[in-house]
This record gives sequence, structure tokens and C-alpha cells, in this order.
Amino acid sequence: MKKFEKLTSTGIPLPLENIDTDQIIPARFLKATNREGFGDNLFRDWRYTKGEQLNPEFVLNQNKYKGEILIAGKNFGCGSSREHAAWAIADYGFRVVVSSFFADIFKNNALNNGLLPVQVSQEFLNKLLQAVSKNPESKLTVDLETQKITLEETGEKEGFEINHYKKYCLINGYDDIDFLLSKKEAIEVFEKKKDEFLKAKTEAV
Amino acid sequence: MQAKTLFDKIWDQHVVESVENGPDIVYIDRHFIHEVTTPQAFNGLRQRGIPVARPKQTIATADHNVPTKDQHLPIREALSRTQVETLTKNCADFGIELYGLGHPYQGIVHVIGPELGITQPGMTIVCGDSHTSTHGAFGSIAFGIGTSEVEQVLATQCILQAKPKKMKIEINGELKEGVTSKDIILYVISKISTSGGTGHFVEFCGSAIQSLSMEARMTICNMSIEMGARGGLIAPDEITFEYIRNKEFAPKGEGFDQMMKYWKSLATDEEAVFDKEYQFDANDIEPMITYGTNPGMGTKIVQPVPEMPFAEDERANFSKALNYMGLHAGESLEGHPVDYVFIGSCTNSRIEDLRQAADLIRGRKKSDKVEAWIVPGSKQVEEQARKEGLDKIFEAAGFEIRQPGCSACLGMNEDKIPAGKYCVSTSNRNFEGRQGPGARTMLASPLTAMAAALTGKIVDVRNLLSNN
Repeated sequence: MKKFEKLTSTGIPLPLENIDTDQIIPARFLKATNREGFGDNLFRDWRYTKGEQLNPEFVLNQNKYKGEILIAGKNFGCGSSREHAAWAIADYGFRVVVSSFFADIFKNNALNNGLLPVQVSQEFLNKLLQAVSKNPESKLTVDLETQKITLEETGEKEGFEINHYKKYCLINGYDDIDFLLSKKEAIEVFEKKKDEFLKAKTEAV
Repeated sequence: MQAKTLFDKIWDQHVVESVENGPDIVYIDRHFIHEVTTPQAFNGLRQRGIPVARPKQTIATADHNVPTKDQHLPIREALSRTQVETLTKNCADFGIELYGLGHPYQGIVHVIGPELGITQPGMTIVCGDSHTSTHGAFGSIAFGIGTSEVEQVLATQCILQAKPKKMKIEINGELKEGVTSKDIILYVISKISTSGGTGHFVEFCGSAIQSLSMEARMTICNMSIEMGARGGLIAPDEITFEYIRNKEFAPKGEGFDQMMKYWKSLATDEEAVFDKEYQFDANDIEPMITYGTNPGMGTKIVQPVPEMPFAEDERANFSKALNYMGLHAGESLEGHPVDYVFIGSCTNSRIEDLRQAADLIRGRKKSDKVEAWIVPGSKQVEEQARKEGLDKIFEAAGFEIRQPGCSACLGMNEDKIPAGKYCVSTSNRNFEGRQGPGARTMLASPLTAMAAALTGKIVDVRNLLSNN
């Protein structure tokens, strides 16, 4: 997994609420058997018009907005468990998604792919959206070590939460499977214990 | 001993180890897989050169991407065919049982698990699909996971997961005629919103829940993800045990009686504390339908589309949703024309759903203005419907019965609703484009969907029941 320590970048504002995984990547684009290339269809039905032309009103199609940070409205990533949503966002070139609230499965999927979900207060989110919309050159810094996000032009910051273990994995580029594979023995011991537990529960008078 | 919720009891019993300041290593009893969210996970195993740790605890089927016509022929669409063939190869290479196309057990993954008796109380169950929450109806912890997590489970039979908070949703009282479990869950989500359950695992309880059949309970737990919850569960009882008894892979004879001793102990202690609690009265619930682009945007059919919200940030989202749906604030929904009706999906495609639908249309005719698809949840549901002669009732009324699969719930195959058309659907998501680019989905119960198919418009099904 790609390491994440600190990032300073401009951001792209998408101030809609409840952006679901069907918007991030529609189901008809889930037919691939590898992880690459999903960025081409990120927000497909918003990025393109019905006639398959680029929609000039959509923020990703506006040249003034660039950057590796997506700033979106609350309850980002609700809906399906498709990890393709996280793959599409990362494949497009984002490294951070900022929102005031994330859906659970999306958050896990993002963290498992080195894409950092940064949850901030609604107030701070509004501030970031405003700043970036007004001045697309505004830079944000996301520091995972100190768990702070800063709006550079004003120096305003806010802290964000992240599970200690996940932070360790991201900073070091470790993935969960390596960790779980190292627990092989504990898992086998657990299986024996579980069998005994069920035996006791089912044979009791 | 500290009082525990049912969720705590099952979770704690499955923790192999807790990572310091981190998630738990949770042991998984049953793992369901399908063609769409697993190819990359098997690729991962191959790259690491490792086998599936416990192949007998994983069960596969092809459902998301399969055609619902001519399933005996090769799949025409090349990418879909490759994905289904990849699943077949992966299952053969790694020693996993596959109920693929043509197999008498094939069907939607959340329909076949319960009907085969693979889903049982007290288990931990995962699948790379958010509607895995369905299996919670049996008093198990079941939740959807991403592909990296599918790979974790294949590799180690465990998953790293932070323990969610606990929520109780209690619904007491008797349901009115024409009101189904789908109306209960659409009502609850309309009250607590599409993110009201996020971070929580929900226990549904109360007399209205206890009175429901297993299939009706599955519909409720199925849609717990639509309020953002990690999953939903219902304590097992006699209705649960009778459903499981004699199912293909359930314990038999003395083994069943022994397991029942354990299953009966699976309940929340009286003093147990939840992080959040809600109470609803079944008497307040009426036939529901959605008018917007998330499942929280639902209303009683007899009520109009809500008025524009006051808060400015809510107005933009509300307007965008109504604009997509071609509806106006304050507009009456009753009488609104309907173009398509879809009865299917892991929410409502089981035999009881088909029986309810058939009962309503017996001796009636489908409206010429509506195209209607009935997609049974599994080969076994399809077979049972034929045995009961339901297929004859549907055909006589002008309905088309398809072959099992996820179909128009997510439109991965050819079953798509055209842009701008209204579809009353028994599925679980009314997101923009969910049933096809530009499609306008209105979620409802099988009864309400059938009423729309008969009349060509949105109607309160109770008006048809009284003339039945």
C-alpha cells in the first residue's frame, strides 16, 4: 500500500450531501477483474452529459480546479460496499477526501487503499468549501502524523480522528493482510476454543 | 456479570484478539462471495502465493451480473461473461463450492444463504455486498465488506474491524392491513434519515417485529444499511427455528435440538444498554413510497411530496433530488403515472413476496401502460412459485417472469430502466441512475408495486384490497 504522511495541495469542491457509491462509480462500470482504470469513470453520470459529452458545469471538468484533495458534503460514500468507489477516487489522483461525515464501509475501503478520509466539523467544511470555491489556488495541508488539516491562506486548522492502528498502517504503507497472516497461530487456537464453547453450550442440560 | 446486548454476545464470542488502540480481529463463520467484488481479492491471493484458509466456510454464487433470460446460453455481454467465468475458475482453483448459473441452488446471495440453511443464529457472516445485513434476521452479525476485506477473509478467515456502537429500534403494536415489513423499514429510514444509523449495529425488536415471518424480517434487516447502519439483527425465536428446521445445510435431528439450546440463549439481557434507542408505533405506519434519490426520502402514499425545507444547505440537495425525479414540492403522489414495475432484489424477491403479489392480481390484468418484470430471488423460489401455480397467475395477468439474479435493482445486466421513466421497484436504492442512467426509481413494497402495475399509477393498495 502507498504510504501517506503529509500532503499540501489545492482542493476540488463538491458541496453535495449523501454522495452515494452509485454516483462515485455506477454499477455498469464494475465489470473489470483488476483494480486499475476506474478513475476514467469516476462520477461518470455527472461528468458526462446524456450525449456522452463532457459536462462543463461539473467541477472535475473545470480547469480552474485541480488537486489531490476532494472536499465533499456530509455522508460521503453511502450505499454499496463496492471498493471500486475508493479505487476510482484514488485512480483519478485524489489522496484525501474531506467531508463532515463518512459512511462506514466507504471509510474502511478508503483506508485499505491509502486514500485518507478526513472528517471535519460542518463549520470547518463550509469554510474550506467557501475558500476553495472563491480562490481555487487555496492550498490545504493534511498532516497525518499530527492529525491536523490546515487552510494555508488563513492558517486555520482543525484536528481529525483516525484509528491509531490505521494511522500506523498508512504512515508505514502496511496492509491488514500481512498483519492477519502473522496471527495464524492465534486464529487456530481460537478455532479450538470456539468449538469447545459451542460444545459446552449445546450439550448442557 | 455485565449485562450485554445480543450484538455484544455474538461479537465478543468471535474476537480472536483485540489490537491495542485498534480494531478487533473478528473470526468469520460464513463468507458468501459473488462475481463482482471478488476477482481482485483472488488476484491478491495469487500474488502472495497463498491458499484460501478455510474454503469450506466460503460459498459462491453468480447473481449481480447475470442475464435474467436464456440463462442456459453463454452470457452475451463479453465483460459480464468474463467476470462470471473468472468466478468459476477462482472457485475451482481455490476449492470453493459454487452455485453458478444452471445450478438448482443459484440465486441472489442473500436469498440463497437463508433458504439453504447456511445462515444460522449466533454466526458472524460477511460478503462483499452491503445488503449482507439481510442475514441478521436470524440473530447473526452480518455485514457488507469491501474487496480488500474479502481478501482478508479468504486469506485468514478473519477480518479487522472496529466494534460498532449499538442502537435499538423497537416497534410495537399491530400492523394495519396492506402494510408490510417493507413499509416498516421505509418508514423508519424516512424518520431517522439515510445516515441516522451510521457507526451503529441495530437490533430490531418489539411486538410488531416479533409477529413477522422470517422473510419479512429479512426485508427489514436487508435495508438497515440504507440508514447507514453497519447491520441489523433480530433475536432468534420459534419462528426462526421453524424456518431453519429441515433446510438443506441446517443441523438435523439431535444436532438441531442441541444447537437450539444455544440459539435460545441468544437474546439481549434486560439491563443491557444501547448507545441510541428509538421507538415507533406500528399503528402509525401506512403504505410508503420514495419520492427522492435516497431511501430516506420516503413518505406515506396518501401524503404529498414534502414542502421545500427551510435550511438553505438542505434546499440545494432537496431541489436536485426532486429535479432528477421530475417532481415538485407539495405535489400529490397518488395518481402519478408509472412506466415500469420491478418485483425482485435481495429485499423482496422471496416466495412470500411473490405470493402476496399473485394474490392481489388474481383475476385482474396488468395496465397496458406499464412494463413489469418479476425476477425471483433464486432457482428454488422460481421452482416453488411454479409448484404453487403462481407463474400461471402472473402470466394470465400479463406479467413477465424472469430468471433469478440481481437484475434491475442495480442494472448491471441488460435489465435497465430507460432515462426519465418512472419505476416502482421493490428493491432497496433509489439513487440517481441506480436502475439505469436517468432512471427514476420509487421504492415500495411488493403490494404497492403490484397495485401500480395494475392501475398504471401510484395508488394506495388498500383501495384495491377492499374490492378484492
